[in-house]
Amino acid sequence: MSTPYAKLPAWADYGLIPLINLSVAFIVAGFVVMLVGENPFRAAVILVEGAFGKGTGIAFTLFYATTFIFTGLSVAVAAHCGLFNIGTEGQAYIAGLGVGVVCLAFDSVLPWWLTFPLAIAAGAAVGALWALIPAYLQAKRGSHIVITTIMFNFIAASIMVYLLVGPLKPAASQAPQTRNFLAGAELPKLNWIIELFGAKIRSAPFNICFLLALVMAFLVWLLIWRTKLGYEMRTYGHSPKAARYAGISETRIVLIAMMISGALAGMMTLNPVMGDQHNVAIDFVSGAGFVGIAVALMGRLHPVGIVLAAILFGMLYQGGAELAFEMPAISRDMIVIIQGLVILFAGALEHMFRPYVQALFASFSPRSVGIEAVKGKGA
Amino acid sequence: MAQAAIELIGINKSFGAVRANRDINLEIARGTIHGIVGENGAGKSTLMSILYGFYQADSGEIRVGGKPASIKTSNDAIALGIGMVHQHFMLVDNFTVLENIILGAESDALLKKSIAKARSELERLEREYGLEVDPDAIIEELPVGLQQRVEILKALYRGAEILILDEPTGVLTPAEADHLFRILKQLKEQGKTVVLITHKLREIMAITDNVSVMRQGTMVATRETAKTTVGELAELMVGRRVLLRVEKGEAEAGAVKLAVKNLTVKDSRGVTMVDDISFDIKAGEIVGIAGVAGNGQSELLEAISGIRRAVSGSVMLDGKPIDLTGAADPGELRDRGLAHVPEDRHHVGLVLAFEENENSILGYHDDPRYLKGPFLNIDAIMADAKDKIEKYDIRPGNPRLKTANFSGGNQQKIVLAREMEQDPGVLIVGQPTRGVDVGAIEFIHKRLIAMRDQGKAVLVVSVELDEIRSLSDRILVMFAGRIVGERGPEATEGELGLLMAGVERQEAAE
Repeated sequence: MSTPYAKLPAWADYGLIPLINLSVAFIVAGFVVMLVGENPFRAAVILVEGAFGKGTGIAFTLFYATTFIFTGLSVAVAAHCGLFNIGTEGQAYIAGLGVGVVCLAFDSVLPWWLTFPLAIAAGAAVGALWALIPAYLQAKRGSHIVITTIMFNFIAASIMVYLLVGPLKPAASQAPQTRNFLAGAELPKLNWIIELFGAKIRSAPFNICFLLALVMAFLVWLLIWRTKLGYEMRTYGHSPKAARYAGISETRIVLIAMMISGALAGMMTLNPVMGDQHNVAIDFVSGAGFVGIAVALMGRLHPVGIVLAAILFGMLYQGGAELAFEMPAISRDMIVIIQGLVILFAGALEHMFRPYVQALFASFSPRSVGIEAVKGKGA
Repeated sequence: MAQAAIELIGINKSFGAVRANRDINLEIARGTIHGIVGENGAGKSTLMSILYGFYQADSGEIRVGGKPASIKTSNDAIALGIGMVHQHFMLVDNFTVLENIILGAESDALLKKSIAKARSELERLEREYGLEVDPDAIIEELPVGLQQRVEILKALYRGAEILILDEPTGVLTPAEADHLFRILKQLKEQGKTVVLITHKLREIMAITDNVSVMRQGTMVATRETAKTTVGELAELMVGRRVLLRVEKGEAEAGAVKLAVKNLTVKDSRGVTMVDDISFDIKAGEIVGIAGVAGNGQSELLEAISGIRRAVSGSVMLDGKPIDLTGAADPGELRDRGLAHVPEDRHHVGLVLAFEENENSILGYHDDPRYLKGPFLNIDAIMADAKDKIEKYDIRPGNPRLKTANFSGGNQQKIVLAREMEQDPGVLIVGQPTRGVDVGAIEFIHKRLIAMRDQGKAVLVVSVELDEIRSLSDRILVMFAGRIVGERGPEATEGELGLLMAGVERQEAAE
C-alpha cells in the first residue's frame, strides 16, 4: 500500500495552499480589526492601496521585499541542508561591518559601480564567516545550530552596538551610526522603472539591490536543483544517514551550506545600508532576518515562492505603515499582529489545510496526485 | 467452526480512482490463526488499516464479536480488543522499552505508578510468552528483532484479544520466527485470535489455520491451510506460476576479491558487535552470512562499506587495504569497485523524498557521466534512470515520481539497479528482499546470481535462511559477533539453525 495522499500538482502546492493560508490569515486579521472598532474591508483597501496604489507605495513595497528576498533565501538554503538557521538576523547585522568598512574606505575614491562589488564581497564574506562558527560547532561538536545561531544574534548585536557607539562613530557625532557615505557608496535608484509605467514617485529607496536579489534567487535555484553541491545538500537535508552512505562528508556539507546561507544574509545589508540610509546605523536589520524565516516557509523554500512571499511581506510592511497612519485606532502594534497572523498561518500552520486539499484532489483525480492505478501485477 | 471474531462484509475503499479494496468479505474465526497473503499493493495493509481505524471504509460493515462496530480511530480498535503490530515499528526511538509500552496507556499524570505497574505486567508477559526484553533498554539501541518483541508486548499490554501482525517475520530468523510462532500458538490456545499478514507462504503453511489470498484489491480465495499447498497459494497470489527457488549452476570461484581479517567493530555504546572476524570472498561466488538479527551482521556490513569505524583488523579490497580508522570514504570505496546495497533502504539506501532519477545516482553523483562541471547533467541522469527502469522492470516506470510512492520491491530494485549497473567488482547486499513481494524476490535473486556468473564477488547478509540457502555458494553463520561456522549450500536448515542459536560447532556437527 502506498501513501494515499501522495502529492499535489505543483500549482496547488505552490499556489493554492499558500493562498488558502493567506486568506485565513486575513480573515482572522479582519476580526482583530473589527475588535478595535474599525471596518476591516476599509482597512484591507487602505493596506493594499498603501502598498500598490501609488508609485511611491510600490517602490517602498519592493524595497522591503528586496531585503526579505535575501533573508528568505538565506533561511531556505540552510533549510535544504536540514539546518534551521535562526541566525540570519545576526549574520546580516554583522555584515554591516563589512559593507560599512568598504563604503567608508572607498566612497571618496571609487565610483559606486566599483564600490558595489567590493561591498557585496565584503558583506557576503562577513556574513559567511559569522555563520561558519555555529556551523563548525554543529558539525564537529554537535552543538545544535538553532541554539548557537540564536546566541550569535546576540553577540552580533552587542559587537555592532559597541562599534557604532565607539570606533565607527564620527568623533563629534551623538548618533550611534557611521558618518554618511559619499556618492561613491550610494546605489542608484530603480524608481524610474516604476515611473516608466506612468506612476509618480516622490522619494523612495527602491534601488539596484532588487535586481541583485532576483539574480541571487535564480542562482539559489540553480544551486539547489541543478548542481552537485545542491544535490548533496538536499541529500543531507533529507537523510544524514543516506548522505553518509553516499560518501558525502557531513562536516563539509554543513559548513558550505551555512556559509552560503550566511553570505546571502550578509548581502541583505546592501539594500538598507547602501541603497537607503547611506550609513550603518544601530539596528538597521530590525527583524528582517526573522521575517526571512516566514518568507522561506511561505515560499516553500523555492526561490520563486520566496520572491512572491517577500513581496507579500513588503506589502504588509508598506501597507501596514499607511494603515497605521490612516486609521488611528490601528496602531503600529496592530500591524505587527497582522503580520504575525500571516506568519502563523503561512509558516507555522503550513500543514493545517494540506490534508483536506489533498483529500479533495485525490477524490477528484488520483492521477494528478501521483497515485498509479493498480496494474496487472504489482512488484 | 467457532464464532467469528471479526467479520468484514462488502468492504470497499478507494483512493481516488484506485480501488485498494473491492467488495472484501472475510470472516475470521475466534481462536484461530488466520493468514492473509498477497503481493505488495494487493490491499492487505489497507484492509487491516481499515480494521485498525487508520482509514474509514467507503462502504461495507465491520462486525467484531458478532456486533457491528464503528472503528474511527485506533483507540476504537484498541477498545474493541484489536491490537496491531506494524511492519514499520511505531516506537519512540529514544524511549526505553518500558516507556514505549506505556505510551498512550499511562494511567496517571505522574508516571511512577504507571511504570511500576507496567514493569510487573511486563515481567508477567515476558515469563508467560518467553518474550525477553530488557525493560530499561533504549529502543534505538536494540536490534530490530527485539524491537518487534516490544511491539508485540505493547499490544498484549493493552489487552488485545485480536492481534494483527503485519509482516512480522520480515526481520526475524527461523529460530526467532519459530519462537514467535510458539507465542502465537500460545495466544491462540488462550482463545485469542491472530491475523497474520505476510507474503511468506512457508509461514502460512506452518502456523495458520485458515488463509485468505488477496490480489489487486480483491479477496481471491480463502482456504483451510491443511487443504492447500504452497504452489496453489503462490499461483493465487501472483496469478501465474512462480519459481520458489532460483536455479543456478556451480560457482566458478576465482581470485580473492575481498579479504576480511580479524575485524572488530564496536557500536555507539562501545559494545563489541563484530568480534575478530576473518573471511574472504572470491570472484564468482556468493557468500551468505546467516544469523539472527542483531548478531553483528549490520555492523559488519557498515564497517566493510566504510560507513562505520572499525576498532581493529583489516579489510583488503583487490589486495589493497581499506582504511578502517574512521576516515574510510564510501565514495572512494565505490570508485574502487565496491558496491553496497544497505539493509535499510528507507533511510540509508534511498532518499524517499527524492524523485526516482535523483536516487538512481545517489553515491555516484561524483561520476563525471552525471555532471557538467559543477552542474548535474539532467539529461544524462534521466536517460540513465530510464535505462535502469527498463532493465530492472521498475514500476511505475516514471523517473520523476517520488521514491516514497514506489512499493518496497520497486524501491529495492531502484537501489539494486543503481549498485549493479556500476559494474562493481564486489557487491555487498544487506537483506536483499526484506519487505519485497514474491514476484520481485525471484527477479532479485536471479540478478544476484547473474552478477556472480559475471565473475563478481557477492556478499549477502540476510536473516531469511531460505534466501541464504538458495543463493549462497558458501554460508557463514554469525552469532554474537563471531563466525561460528561455515557450511555449503547443502547444509540443512536444522543444522544452520543450531549454529545461529549459538550451539557449539562440534555439537552442531553431530
